[in-house]
Amino acid sequence: MPADPTPHGATASGTGAAGGSGYHPERTGGWTSGDAPQRLAQVALRDLPWEVGVAKPDPAVVVDGVTRTFGGLTAVAVDHLEVQRGGITGLIGPNGAGKTTLFNLLTGFDQPDTGTWSFNGQSLGKMSPHQVARLGVVRTFQLTKALSRLTVLQNMLLGAQGQRGESFFRALVPGIWRAQEKENTEKAMDLLRRFKLDAKKDDFAGTLSGGQRKLLEMARALMSDPQVVMLDEPMAGVNPALTQSLLGHVKDLREQGMTVIFVEHDMDVVRDISDWVVVMAAGRIIAEGPPESISQNQAVVDAYLGAHHDAPLTVEEEDQVLAQAEQTIAREEGSDGDVLSSERGPERTDR
Amino acid sequence: MADLLNALAVAGKSALGFQAIFFALLAIGINVQFGYAGLLNFGQIAFAMLGGFGIAISVSKWGIPFWAGVLVGLAAAVVLALLLGLPTLRLRADYLAIATIATAEGLRLLFRSVSATPVTNGTRGLSGFNGDFIALAPWNTSQRYSILGTSWSGGELWVALVGWLLVILGSLLVFALMRSPWGRVLKSIREDEDAVRSLGKNVYVYKMQALVLGGVFGALGGMVYAVGTGSAVPDQYQNANTFLAYAALILGGAARVLGPVIGAMILLFILQFADTGLRLLIDNGVIPDDLLSSTDVAQIRFILVGVGLMLLLIFRPQGIFGDRREVMLDAR
Repeated sequence: MPADPTPHGATASGTGAAGGSGYHPERTGGWTSGDAPQRLAQVALRDLPWEVGVAKPDPAVVVDGVTRTFGGLTAVAVDHLEVQRGGITGLIGPNGAGKTTLFNLLTGFDQPDTGTWSFNGQSLGKMSPHQVARLGVVRTFQLTKALSRLTVLQNMLLGAQGQRGESFFRALVPGIWRAQEKENTEKAMDLLRRFKLDAKKDDFAGTLSGGQRKLLEMARALMSDPQVVMLDEPMAGVNPALTQSLLGHVKDLREQGMTVIFVEHDMDVVRDISDWVVVMAAGRIIAEGPPESISQNQAVVDAYLGAHHDAPLTVEEEDQVLAQAEQTIAREEGSDGDVLSSERGPERTDR
Repeated sequence: MADLLNALAVAGKSALGFQAIFFALLAIGINVQFGYAGLLNFGQIAFAMLGGFGIAISVSKWGIPFWAGVLVGLAAAVVLALLLGLPTLRLRADYLAIATIATAEGLRLLFRSVSATPVTNGTRGLSGFNGDFIALAPWNTSQRYSILGTSWSGGELWVALVGWLLVILGSLLVFALMRSPWGRVLKSIREDEDAVRSLGKNVYVYKMQALVLGGVFGALGGMVYAVGTGSAVPDQYQNANTFLAYAALILGGAARVLGPVIGAMILLFILQFADTGLRLLIDNGVIPDDLLSSTDVAQIRFILVGVGLMLLLIFRPQGIFGDRREVMLDAR
C-alpha cells in the first residue's frame, strides 16, 4: 500500500494491495542529517493506530503475505508488516513464535513458500544472503557466530564491503588492496575502541567470552556500513553491566540513522529501547504498537501466559481484561468456539 | 653403523625424490581446500590421475607436444573440480566428501576398464611420454650421480629439481593468497559459512575457487609422479594416496604454508627409513625371522606411520608447524 506521509491517513487494512511502494527517495536522507533522528522516528510513529499491519510513514522494510511451513507446521504467516526507517523495532514473542524464521526469510537465509518482501522498494525475494547483505541489510545470529580461529581484528576486517583484495587474481597483487586494507583497519580499530574490544584485537575470537562475542558480532556487522541492522537476541547470555553498554550501542545505531530490528526476550530491554514493538505468536503477528501499548494488549498476554492465566493485576487492569475477556467469550460462542480464536480475537476486532 | 648411515641416506633420498614432491603437491592442494577453506576433498588422487594421464594421453596417443599435454591435464583438473563443485558446494561439507571419494574410485576403474583401453591402454597404462621433458635437462640424463651417499640418475635429478621448484612456487602462491583479504574470506568460510554470507560474501564462488586451485595442485602432483615414473598406470592412482597426503598435511600442520611440504618429506622419510631399517635388522638377525620376515616389512612400515600419527595427534595435535592455541579452540 502506498504509505501516506501523514500518519493519520494511514488506514490499516492489513491486507496491503502492493507492498514496497512506500519508498520516498527524497526523504531517505532526512534521518541521517544529524537532527536527532530517533525523535523523528518516534514522532512519525506516535500517532499511528496500534493495529497489526499498520502502514508506517516511511517504511524501510515491507513484508507482504509471507508464509513458511516446515512440514505441517506453519512457522511464519505474516500478512503485512512495515518497519519504520530510522527507528528501533523490537520483535518479541514466545519461543517458537517464528521470530528467527522471519529473520532468516528477510535476509535470504531461508526461502518462503509464498509472499513478497522488499527493502527500500526493492524486492528481496529470491535473493541469496550475500546479495541482501550487499544491499545494506546485515544481521547477527542468535547463536553467536564469531569466527573462532581468526583474530578479533580479522573478524572485523571481514565485515568491510567492496574489498578489492577479495577477488582471487587481485589478491595476488598487494599493491591493489593494501591502501584499502589500511583504511579498513583504521575503521575497524575505531569500532573496536567504541565496543571496548581494542585491547583484544590480536586474540583469537574463540577466546572471547559470550558477551564479548556478541559485541564483536555487532561491531563486525557495522563494518559493512549497513542501513538496516537485524539483531537476533543481542542481549541473550550477556551480563547486566554489558547489557547496558550493548543497549547504548543499539541506540547509537539509531542516532546514526540506521534502522534496527531486534529480537529480544527481556521485556525491560524492549521497553527501554524500542520505538515500536511487533509481537509474534505461532507464526502470526498478533499485535503492534509502541512499547507501552504491548503489556496492555490482551492478545499478547494470552500468547505469553496462555488464555487462562491469573496474574496479579491492578483493579483498572482487571476491569479492562474482564471486559475484553467477556467480549471475546461472547464472540467465541458466536463462532462455534474455535479453539484458536481466543488468541486471534482481539486482532480481528482491531481490523 | 655404516648400515645405519646408509639407511638414513636412502630415506633422505626418498624424502627429496619425486614421490615426496607428489605427496607435497597433493597435500598443498588439500591444504587449500581442507586446511583453509574447510572443504573435504577425499578424492585428490582423481585430480592427480587426470594430470598424469593428461600428459600421457596427449603425448602417447594424440601425438601433441609435452607442454600442450600439461595444459590438457590442468584443464581436465579444472573441469573435474567444477563438475564436482557445482552440485555439492551449496550443500553441507559431507556431500563434497562423498562425491569426491566416489569419483576418485570411479575414474580409476573407468581408466583401467576394457572400453577405455584404446585411450588409456587399460591396466597396462601408457609410457614413453616424458622424453621431451627429460631432454630439457641441462646435464647428461643417462649418467648416474652420487649425492650424499645415494645414487641418482640424471633424469631423477631433473624431475626432482623441477618438482621442488613447483612446490616452492606453489607454496609462495598459497602464502601470497592466504595473507590477502581473499585468504581471510576462505578461512572465515572454514569457521562459519553463514556468518560470511551475512557479511555479503558469495561463499559459493570462494569455495569453488578453492576447490579448483586445490585440484590444479593435485594435477601438478600427478604430472610429477607420471613424469618421474615414466609411465601412467591407472592402478598407481589408488585413493589410499589421498589419505597419505592427508597424513602428510596433518603431520606438518594444516593451514600452514609449509605444513604440507615438510609433512610430505617427513612421511616419505619415515616410510623409507622404516623399510630399510627393518630389513637391515632382519638381515642381521636382530629381529628373528619367525617374528618378522622381510616380506612383512612393506606393511609394517605403514603400521609404524599410523602409530606415529596417533602419538602426534595425542601429544602435538597441531602438527609440526601448527599453533596449539588455534587447534585447542573449539571450531565453532
